[in-house]
Amino acid sequence: MLGLGADLLWADMNRLLAFLFHQGVLDEQFLQLQQLQDETSPNFVSEVVNIYFHESEKLLRNLRGLLMEREFSDYKKMGIHLNQLMGSSSSIGAKRVTNVCLAFRAATDHNNRSGCLRALEMLEHEYCYLKNKLHELFQIEQQRVLAAGVRYPVQNN
Amino acid sequence: MSVNKRISGSNGRLQPSMKSWKVNEPLNGSNSPHRTTWRRKPLLLLIVFGVIIASFGLFLSFKNSEYLMSKEKEAACEESSRILLQRYNISRKQLHALASLFSGSDQIFSNCIDERRLQMLLNSGIACNPQLVCCPENQELQKKHRRFADTVEPIEQCPILEDYVRTRIQLSFPFKKYVLLASHSLLSSNLVDFLFCGKNMLQSWELHVSAIMDYTSSLNLVKEYWWVLVGIIISCNLSGFCLLRIQKQKLVEGHQVGHQKQLRDLSRNPLKSVGTWRKWSLAIFLSLGILFSIWLFCDLYTDFKQTREEMLTNMCDERARMLQDQFNVSMNHVHALAVLVSTFHHGKHPSAIDQKIFGEYTETTAFERPLTSGVAYAKKVLHSDRAEFEKQHGWTIKKMETENEALVQDCIPEKLDPAPIQDEYAPVIFAQETVSHIVSIDMMSGKEDRENILRARATGKGVLTSPFKLLKSNHLGVVLTFAVYNSNVPADATPKQRIEATVGYLGASYDVRSLVDKLLHQLASKQIIVVNVYDTTNASAPITMYGTDVADTGLLRINSLDFGDPLRKHEMHCRFKQRPPLPWKAINYSVGIFLIVLLIGYIYYVAIKRIEKVEDDTQKMAELKVRAEAADVAKSQFLATVSHEIRTPMNGVLGMLQMLMDTELDENQMDYAQTAHKSGKDLISVINEVLDQAKIEARKLELEAVAFDPHAILEEVLSLFSGKAKEKGIELAVYASNEVPKVVIGDPKRFWQIITNLVGNSLKFTHDKGHVFVSIHLANEVKNPLHSMDAVLREGLELDHDLSDNTYNTLSGFAVGNRWKSWANFKKLNSMDLMEEPELIQLLVTVEDTGIGIPIDAQSRIFTPFMQADSSTSRTYGGTGIGLSISKCLVELMRGEIGFVSEPGTGSTFTFTATLRKGETTSLDAKWQNFSTFDSQLQGLRALVVDRRKIRAEVTRYYLQRLGMSVDVMSSLKSACSCLTGSCNMRVSKQFAMILIDKDAWDKESSTLYSIKKQKKNGTNGDRINFPKVFLLATHLSPNECDELKTNGVIDDILMKPFWLSVLVCSYRESLGIEKRQISRKKVSKLGNLLLQKRILVVDDNAVNRKVAEGVLQKYGATVTCVEGGRAALQMLKPPHNFDACFMDLQMPEMDGFEVTRQIRILENDVNEKIACGEASAEMFGDIFYWHIPILAMTADVTQASNEECKKCGMDGYVSKPFEEEQLYTAMARFFKPSS
Repeated sequence: MLGLGADLLWADMNRLLAFLFHQGVLDEQFLQLQQLQDETSPNFVSEVVNIYFHESEKLLRNLRGLLMEREFSDYKKMGIHLNQLMGSSSSIGAKRVTNVCLAFRAATDHNNRSGCLRALEMLEHEYCYLKNKLHELFQIEQQRVLAAGVRYPVQNN
Repeated sequence: MSVNKRISGSNGRLQPSMKSWKVNEPLNGSNSPHRTTWRRKPLLLLIVFGVIIASFGLFLSFKNSEYLMSKEKEAACEESSRILLQRYNISRKQLHALASLFSGSDQIFSNCIDERRLQMLLNSGIACNPQLVCCPENQELQKKHRRFADTVEPIEQCPILEDYVRTRIQLSFPFKKYVLLASHSLLSSNLVDFLFCGKNMLQSWELHVSAIMDYTSSLNLVKEYWWVLVGIIISCNLSGFCLLRIQKQKLVEGHQVGHQKQLRDLSRNPLKSVGTWRKWSLAIFLSLGILFSIWLFCDLYTDFKQTREEMLTNMCDERARMLQDQFNVSMNHVHALAVLVSTFHHGKHPSAIDQKIFGEYTETTAFERPLTSGVAYAKKVLHSDRAEFEKQHGWTIKKMETENEALVQDCIPEKLDPAPIQDEYAPVIFAQETVSHIVSIDMMSGKEDRENILRARATGKGVLTSPFKLLKSNHLGVVLTFAVYNSNVPADATPKQRIEATVGYLGASYDVRSLVDKLLHQLASKQIIVVNVYDTTNASAPITMYGTDVADTGLLRINSLDFGDPLRKHEMHCRFKQRPPLPWKAINYSVGIFLIVLLIGYIYYVAIKRIEKVEDDTQKMAELKVRAEAADVAKSQFLATVSHEIRTPMNGVLGMLQMLMDTELDENQMDYAQTAHKSGKDLISVINEVLDQAKIEARKLELEAVAFDPHAILEEVLSLFSGKAKEKGIELAVYASNEVPKVVIGDPKRFWQIITNLVGNSLKFTHDKGHVFVSIHLANEVKNPLHSMDAVLREGLELDHDLSDNTYNTLSGFAVGNRWKSWANFKKLNSMDLMEEPELIQLLVTVEDTGIGIPIDAQSRIFTPFMQADSSTSRTYGGTGIGLSISKCLVELMRGEIGFVSEPGTGSTFTFTATLRKGETTSLDAKWQNFSTFDSQLQGLRALVVDRRKIRAEVTRYYLQRLGMSVDVMSSLKSACSCLTGSCNMRVSKQFAMILIDKDAWDKESSTLYSIKKQKKNGTNGDRINFPKVFLLATHLSPNECDELKTNGVIDDILMKPFWLSVLVCSYRESLGIEKRQISRKKVSKLGNLLLQKRILVVDDNAVNRKVAEGVLQKYGATVTCVEGGRAALQMLKPPHNFDACFMDLQMPEMDGFEVTRQIRILENDVNEKIACGEASAEMFGDIFYWHIPILAMTADVTQASNEECKKCGMDGYVSKPFEEEQLYTAMARFFKPSS
């Protein structure tokens, strides 16, 4: 844009984060995650989140497949998947996804198929929202990094 | 429309142009037929107008004719009353005549009058007016009459003449009285007549009334037609209106259709069916209308015929009745005459009547018989008496010359032959003067007369001859013959008795023609009808008595007349003179209705056509709209995708370039890399803008609602652009009025974006001089310019007034555009009713610059995306020209407006409004709090600002007020000095913590410099400390100047504008000698000490968790190894190994954490036992004699149950999965000792 300073991008990021916190999309775990990021691991958060996305997409796909494939879904297997998703979500601090996972798991416990479908849709929606927002965040982050002129470690070293 | 078009043209963005296109297209489409219809419409209107006028005229004419008819009827009525009156007069005259007869008989003294005869005469006279007796109202009269008769009775007995004379004298009074009574009764009979006539009148009135009713009903009909017409016109007008509405509705439908493609096909079919339905209804309406007009014609025509017939009947009846009446009256008179003759001629010996008396009497009473040409009396003479009779009279009985032409010829009786011998003769002995020539002629000799005479004496009633030509007058006439009997004929006498009693015959000739003529003359409307009177005794050959044969004119009314002779039949034929006129009323009404129906049909037809056309257009437009929207969506998607796709690799490119620049590069290489990096950054910014635009167009851009401080935004802007402004030597200033609240709720990012866009533009187009000035006000402040108290606004108002020494009263002294004009076009601002919601506020942000301005011709398209004022602009200044368009969109999203005023060469002033909500101060984030409550060291201090330019002073004041200082403003240094010196020893001067002097003021009034210097020097030591610090404000100064000024000793420091708060604070501190505080570095984490250099194994199937755990632990200096499954963990933890701790996820596929731990413990136990037993040396297992790796469970749900299970299977502790530092520390502290 018009020569944004790093500070302003930082402010932007904070604003977005505040918004996400306000909405309950993220919780303080994410902040802790961010604190883990320093010079030695400058892309820590994005790496984690990318892994998260990769894993979660796989899980979601599996869940959908399980729900759609047969009349009698394998609720146990779904429960395992959900546990995984829930664990990783809570790790990165995706609060709302975690909550939906909880609901989903409750539905699988009761073998409630329609509840499962509903929860899955909600889960997918939440996941997409989270993904978009985090992408946005990382874009700002990237710009900020660029603007701040952060020196990347030369890879040869 | 052209305006719309232009706007849509200038708004090249898709969404608004789509909108305007939506609006324009139907209008354009409907334009041409609309115009043609209106071109056709004058013709239509003309026709309608003509029809209206014609029907109105017709209506009037009908009204007239009806009126005439009623008039005529009235006239007829009046006539009949007149006739009645005449008749009454006639009767009175008759009485009068009777009286004169009496007087005559008085004179002839020798003729004494027998009472009996008198009575008879009177009776007959009374009988002449039979209606008198039957009059029920005259009972009293009748009584009197009876009494009178009683008194007469005794007189009758008296045979003596003297007695009679005597009694007659006595009687004379009652007699007179009787005459009087008779006349009275006559009067009353007349009254009856009048009543009768009145009834007629009533009838005619009824007729009249019915005619009026008819007329009113027709009037109603006419009214109804008028209403129908009015209705039609209204519906016609409405139909146009409705059309528009329908069009709109259809548009709306189309809109919906556009959104849902499937709907389009569905809605097409109903539309078509509606179209056919309309056509059917038109056809039905037309046929109904035609049928109605035909029915109306028939109805009106029958009405017309009926009224005509009724009119004829009425008139004919009236005439016939009157004719009959008159004839009867005359006949009665003749009858009376007969009785007279019988009484006085035959009843007396000698006869009281001779030819002379008869002649005189008949002559004097001729007026009573206006229709008779003459009366004559013939005596019955038997053949045996002939000789005696002839001798007595001295003439012989003569025979009529020709049998059939009695009384016709102008004959001389002397020349006639004597009558042949017959059984009896009827020679005329008395005759009226007019017919005196027939005296002595034997009436029996004429065949017709003979028959008449025979019939008359047999019946005792008046007998009529068939019509024949009358003597002299040559008119057709009839002869009425009455037989004169002896006095003693009983009322019920047989014909034979009557014949025997006959003594003579009285004949009267009637002139039928004059009778009818007179009658018709009395009645008006001779012109309308033709009357014929026929004698129809011989039905096969009727004899015309009156009137000429006329052509048949259709209607004929036949009335039979009764002239008192039962053997003779007479008829009156009436017909209209003219053939019936064309029934114009019926024709006009029906034709009018027909035309109206046709007109309505035509209008409806046109409407249908238009509706069809509009529907078609709507269909087309809906399709087009769907396509356009699809294209739009595709475009937005494309933009979003592409820009996203470009941005990702671009970030890589930029990052790499950045890294490249950090490496060792020679000058050229550095230059290339820098250029590449800058270009890349430009590209990124363009892409970001495009993405924004796409988002806005796709309506995906959502505004946040976050509390923020607009003042802080201003400061951000200031800090962002201050470097650039300094570089260009432009003064950059921000200002917010006191009214602007500290906290508002809105989207600070977008708000900031708009301002930065505008400021960036301003800076871009301003070169080396002047200023860029950002100010925020409340919209309410500018609503009433006269009451606005804000200094900046006021200065803006008075901009044109102050032009001293070539500088303007602006921030930098250069001319600027009038900011008031920039929001002149704001609708919401000017409408004054924005603040219906009290928690809403509208901020007015103005960005003013002294740049190159916008060319006039480019001003209209300035907000169009990708449109810069000039295509050369982008070459000179760069940029995409999308910024303003985005700003406009954002402003619209914030329910605001944006506008500008610009003069080429002078500068531009952009203003936008944004509607935000008021917020609570507490709702502000800490980040914002940081801005608002700046380091409060300057809080509460007083400052004096010396500046010649008011606006600049205001801006400075604003800055200082932001720091919590209170500020006084002086316009010149002199006054400031005087203020200072004047209050030198007073407490006021001490309160000034600092004096800020603008450089302009400094230069201009350097002489006062010394006074200050002196004051400073003169001041005691104690004063010196308290003396306010003096700062010089400058935009740009060369280092030399700075030094020079500083060495003067007067100034404590120089502040460069735009000054940041922090700079100001620092300078102040420095001048006060306050040390900068060192911020102590944050203490190093305890956990770091604990985990430093520890090797930790993390077992988790979840990659994310693995990574996070790794990150966390690495942060604290641990060396982390990750495995993703239980088996791998077992492999890793098989002693000997060099891990210090293991974090184990509990829920894992294949083998969960408990199982893995159990197995590890088993392995460890094995090893420990081996070592303990000495089976294996400790060296083999890394010099460790007891293997027990701390295994900590990682779990998301730490419940008591899982905790116990952890313990059971040999785990050492647990941590909740998102690591918490404290928990981690406590858990780890049990196993590791802090390294330091």
